[in-house]
Amino acid sequence: MPDLSSETRFMLILRGGKADRDFSPSEYGRTIQKYLDWIEGLRKKGVYEAGEPLEETGRVLSGTSGAIVTDGPFAESKETVGGYFIIKARDLVEATEIAKGCPIFESGGGLEVRQIAPIPSVEPA
Amino acid sequence: MPNSNGGGPTNSNGGEPTQLVDNFFRLEAGRMVSTLTRIFGLDNIDLAEDVVQDAMLKALQQWSYGKVPGNPSGWIMQVAKNRALDILRKQTLVQRKENEVGEQLRRSNEQSFAAELFAPEEVKDDQLRMIFACCHPVLSPESQIGLTLKTLCGLGVAEISRSFLAKEETIAKRLSRARQTLRDARVPFEIPSGPELSERLDSVLQVLYLLFNEGYNASHGPELIRWDLSAEALRLSELLLAHPSCNTPKSNALHALMLFQASRFPARLGDHGNMLLLQDQDRSRWNKTMIEWGLFYLNQSAAGTELSDFHLQAGIAACHCLADSYEATDWRKILSLYDLLNAINPSPVVALNRAVAVSKVHGAEAGLVSVTQMENTRSLEAYYLLYAVLAEFQIELGNFQAASAHLRKALDLTTLHSEQDFLRGKLEYCEKMSAV
Repeated sequence: MPDLSSETRFMLILRGGKADRDFSPSEYGRTIQKYLDWIEGLRKKGVYEAGEPLEETGRVLSGTSGAIVTDGPFAESKETVGGYFIIKARDLVEATEIAKGCPIFESGGGLEVRQIAPIPSVEPA
Repeated sequence: MPNSNGGGPTNSNGGEPTQLVDNFFRLEAGRMVSTLTRIFGLDNIDLAEDVVQDAMLKALQQWSYGKVPGNPSGWIMQVAKNRALDILRKQTLVQRKENEVGEQLRRSNEQSFAAELFAPEEVKDDQLRMIFACCHPVLSPESQIGLTLKTLCGLGVAEISRSFLAKEETIAKRLSRARQTLRDARVPFEIPSGPELSERLDSVLQVLYLLFNEGYNASHGPELIRWDLSAEALRLSELLLAHPSCNTPKSNALHALMLFQASRFPARLGDHGNMLLLQDQDRSRWNKTMIEWGLFYLNQSAAGTELSDFHLQAGIAACHCLADSYEATDWRKILSLYDLLNAINPSPVVALNRAVAVSKVHGAEAGLVSVTQMENTRSLEAYYLLYAVLAEFQIELGNFQAASAHLRKALDLTTLHSEQDFLRGKLEYCEKMSAV
């Protein structure tokens, strides 16, 4: 078992994918199960840290003091961020390998792997 | 009551559910579509299905990040409920019933009206209302089964078409025609009462029986047993029995019959997926609990004076289930039940089965005679079991050549691999014996 505390954290940002309008109820169940199984596998390997979905709608703010407020959708639905996972890996190469196992690719979605930048803690003077 | 289907997700990870039972969404879809159909009106099953689809999509979007809610069933119903109220508020659709309900919603205190719409005692009966709608006599038997599988059992069009070896397009057309027929006939979404109940209930029982047999006999396709269809018939039958007005002697008899048949599922297939006849089945693999429940319902079914064909068939199935060995089977009793069955509901298939019982009581020669005495054998001419039975009689009489000829005919008439394998095995034996 590698020492995970010294490993780097990565965020997987998931976009699009997941559902087909013609899914039967069982297919919804099976698809969710694939994600749950994948997550369970990551947990067992000790590389899973967190994962959360985002609501489909929200607000987009820009301009001075965020004066320009618009409703979503923020981009085309296949580009919409559906949620994120945080995993631990030695480096970007390993994180990418882990990300390849995500079931989102089976439904035409995609994801982005980004390292969470480490902020060194300041030593007390 | 025996539970034929699994419930919600199971826990395997410190209280966090990580396994969704395969049936979860199927069963929830059936429940939700039924309730939403009551609210939107039977004219709007499609809308109800859309709302359910949206709720399941939301579950997929949220649960796939690893956290399934503690009460998944309640969660998904809440999502569907919110969406339904949204639709009613907006009045964007022009269907009649929906506008009525929407109107009421806008006029009354929304919260209390919504609570009324989704009151547990109403929701409880929605699937029953749906059963009566799907099995309405204005629909053809194949439409009744199709609609039941789609709306109550939560099967998709592709899944239904696989079950019936039909094109998806054919099934989709059949379903939309069936919905149109219900609209045109202005079928109410309710549990029938009064004089109408008996006829409507008969129609429901007939559909459940067909559905059960579709799974049990698998008239097409490579699989001998499609347990899921039979399990659904049992589940829906349990729903019927739970309602006082539907808990009739006849529905108890059907439930008993299905339980007796289902108890033998685990023993019906050999090691190589081949079909095993009653005499070759390992009886220790029969499901004892199901047999006990079967006896319970058979007992319940004796409450009235009615003696339906379900009663008699359940009685026959019980005789088989209660015999410790094939040799110990009470064939005399079975024969007397077939005699009764033949009297109240004569059919070539019943007569054929009766002939088997005759041969057990009076010998194969008598069995052969009773086949030749059968009326309307024409409809059986394309039925492989007729030839399989005749072959069996000839084997017992030592006429292996005649048996081989019957077996060849039977082989031509069945498409099920497991049955073909079985018949081929018999044929090889007969050919060897007739060569001696």
